[in-house]
Amino acid sequence: MSAAGTSTPLIDGVEKVTGRARFTADLPSREALAGRILRSPLAHGAIRAIDTARARALPGVRAVITGADCDVPYGVLPIAQNEYPLARERVRYVGEPIAAVAAVDDATAQAALDLIAVQIEPLPAYFAAKDALAGGSTLLHDNKPGNVEREVRQEFGDVEAGFKAADMVREAQFHYAEVTHAQMEPDCSLAEYDAERDRLTLHSTTQVPFYVHLMLAQCMKMDASRIRVVKPFVGGGFGHRTETLNFELIAGLLARAARGAVKLELSREETMLTHRGRPETDVRIRMGAKKTGELTAVDCEVVQRGGAYAGYGLVTILYSGALLHAIYRLPASRYHGLRVYANTPPCGAMRGHGSVDVRHAFESLLDEMAEALGLDPIELRRANLLEAPCRTVNDLQVNSCGLEECLRRVEEASGWRERRGKLGRGRGLGLACSHYPSGAAKPVHWTGEPHAVVNLRLDFDGAVVALTGAADIGQGSSTLIAQVVAEVLGLGLDRMRVVANDSALTPKDNGSYSSRVSFMVGNAAIAAAQNLKKLLVEAAARRLEVSPGDIECLGETYRVAGTDRTLAYASVVAAALEESGALGAKGTYSTPPETQGGKFRGAAVGSSAAFSYAAQVVEVSVDEETGMIRVEKVWVAHDCGFAINPLAVEGQVQGSVWMGMGQALCEETQFHEGRALRANLLDYRVPTIVESPPIEVHIVESRDPGGPFGAKEAGEGSLAGFLAALTNAVHDAVGLRLSELPASPDRVLEALQARRRSQRVKQARTA
Amino acid sequence: MAFNYHISIDPFPGRQMGRQLLPMAVKLNGHMKRLVSFVVNGRQREDAVADNLLLLDYLREVAGLTGTKRGCDGGECGACTVLVDGEPRLACLSLAASCQGRSVETIEALATGGSLSRLQRAFHEKLGTQCGYCTPGMIMAAEALLRRNASPAEADIREALSGNICRCTGYVKIIESVQAASRHE
Repeated sequence: MSAAGTSTPLIDGVEKVTGRARFTADLPSREALAGRILRSPLAHGAIRAIDTARARALPGVRAVITGADCDVPYGVLPIAQNEYPLARERVRYVGEPIAAVAAVDDATAQAALDLIAVQIEPLPAYFAAKDALAGGSTLLHDNKPGNVEREVRQEFGDVEAGFKAADMVREAQFHYAEVTHAQMEPDCSLAEYDAERDRLTLHSTTQVPFYVHLMLAQCMKMDASRIRVVKPFVGGGFGHRTETLNFELIAGLLARAARGAVKLELSREETMLTHRGRPETDVRIRMGAKKTGELTAVDCEVVQRGGAYAGYGLVTILYSGALLHAIYRLPASRYHGLRVYANTPPCGAMRGHGSVDVRHAFESLLDEMAEALGLDPIELRRANLLEAPCRTVNDLQVNSCGLEECLRRVEEASGWRERRGKLGRGRGLGLACSHYPSGAAKPVHWTGEPHAVVNLRLDFDGAVVALTGAADIGQGSSTLIAQVVAEVLGLGLDRMRVVANDSALTPKDNGSYSSRVSFMVGNAAIAAAQNLKKLLVEAAARRLEVSPGDIECLGETYRVAGTDRTLAYASVVAAALEESGALGAKGTYSTPPETQGGKFRGAAVGSSAAFSYAAQVVEVSVDEETGMIRVEKVWVAHDCGFAINPLAVEGQVQGSVWMGMGQALCEETQFHEGRALRANLLDYRVPTIVESPPIEVHIVESRDPGGPFGAKEAGEGSLAGFLAALTNAVHDAVGLRLSELPASPDRVLEALQARRRSQRVKQARTA
Repeated sequence: MAFNYHISIDPFPGRQMGRQLLPMAVKLNGHMKRLVSFVVNGRQREDAVADNLLLLDYLREVAGLTGTKRGCDGGECGACTVLVDGEPRLACLSLAASCQGRSVETIEALATGGSLSRLQRAFHEKLGTQCGYCTPGMIMAAEALLRRNASPAEADIREALSGNICRCTGYVKIIESVQAASRHE
């Protein structure tokens, strides 16, 4: 293969390194008014009155809107829409939008906010899941008794029999701090309302322009055809932008109210209050295994503090149960998940959605059990490998699995056998595995349409233009689409152009989340290219007066097979245009029905046409005096099926591992009485280049039968494994099992001191 | 490891400290403004700027140079790193008026004659950029490093870029990009 399978710099990389890439805040908008949002100072309260008269009277103010201006709730899941762009009647977290202003400049807009008088009557507020759940607690949402957003109880296989058959049963508990995406680009929307024709154009920092389009139409009560949504360059997402966010709807509402254009740029603090990150989570997990290491059953309880609104919440709590499976052979499982409302900013999808914390718990307990059984942690995992194709007890279809190869690669590369346990006190190696779906086999908006559509256009200039709704947020989806189309047509990338994410031009796409794009849009792009190729072959056949079956496509030349009669690409294009004019070709992709999960409630979540697999070894040094953990090196092997762009796969895997490191070592949001303490990039401790380790990536290619050229996802699957690989390495280094993350120095010191205390007590008792 | 930020957070950076060097302020439309004269990307500019106008806002709003990014609420992320008289500065913590008589370089100035600079080419080809948002600041900070040290050790690169946050790459390919640019003479 030439184009697909070759390391390829991003096709929009030149724009990025020259500063020519226009992100939303960079778009020309000299005419636009400045938008600003008034946010709740209280974590929970009833809005008694909002007086905007003085703000409206301020010279230069063009619009002031409140919850009264939009009475339609929104939310990414059609069955759980309980959020308004601007709060109505109640506020449920500090930072929730209450009112918004559009004014001639930023200073005027800010001054106007200061003139809005809001009366809020405080209500009891809850900042921990257990407090929100406690009997007699005030309800955040009247239709959700006990403040339980969703309770999941699932049981597959015979769990009790599994535990009975086990030679060893172990249990452990873990606590995970809430983490957030901290994508580099703050949120921003540019909304342009054409009052003459009642049309709205919105440019926004989103991963899901289609969902934004839907929610704008819904909340603004506009026909969708009057709306155009464009995604410019986007500075990272990681899940923050996988649902329509309040500021996007506020921008649209403000622009209509002001009858013009409004630019709404959020600060870093506001962006971090908009949140949608990974919830604070408690996990209790119990597992049974045979002496030989084979797992017999798992029983897992998960409690997530989901924040004030639904968002993706019920998907997250379902993922946490579903993705216990599809990585190892697991004959029986019981899962109890509780997603709880609390007075903190809403959580949502974050890279590794729903899988990360439970994967840490699972892989930590596996390490502990391996030690107790006298097995090497890698051997324990080898005893439980899936053999694809297979179906899990919770009805997930696994068609390819390269985990065995991943284990072999990191075992060798890290010197696992020679080095583990022999690095001296304070230094250690740890291993863990992880996996992730390549796109949800059933999308959250189930319409019966194909999962992905790509249109190709070919005209007189001979350029192949791919029109796609897939949102490139830096992961390189546009490059991948260009590569696979070029591959099918045998052309160079210089003939390709990709036009993405303009609802006036490009086909609908569900967006960049759940690692769906490479797999689904990649497949659709291949199908479209094959359809275009058919038209070109037929044209060449007509011109060369042979049948299409006799034509060989060599990209820049078409040849009558077995002869030296050829036609250059330009002539083929001319021949193809002769009868029809500008050519279009479409390709679609739908997931096979057998990959769409079982029949039980919630079965769609976790189901995927293909799963990626990863294994990683982390080497750490631990300073027992300070509690500082330093990651010295990471070896990671990721089974992405087939690396369409090996360079981008490496970049995605490194980024995933590193983001896992942030969660494992230092990142956490934190609230005091609901007020965010770390809503900036200094206190929210993203790792800097100084403490970031070398990450050696090994690409494993299991060639999934349904993937585009065999490819699967590469952008999420290796995140979750880092956390347990780290804590397992800490155990190897200093014999300590950490049950609370992040493993910040204070927590590590506390755990070390607790161990010393208990050792002293033990010694005193035996003395 | 101790952090040693190379990026000054002094709002009036550089050798010629002191307000007496600034042009006199006049009141224009209710704001105190000064006529500031400085070089931006090799072009002489003269603009009346408010005393409190940040260099970042000057570059983006007045000069129309949107390559320099705002990633935070002030001094947190390094995305707005530019060069002032060749030294890396955070444009979000520098006042435009403090650049009187100085030379400011942004990402837009690096490509000469339509060709990418060594660093730009390396970041492009080695995937030192993913989403691209931290990239202009990252490249400008690396540019300052390579100007003072043409062949930096890995530790030098880490130190020079320690004030620039990237959320996509894990920094691995950023280090490789800077190394590639420094080797390519």
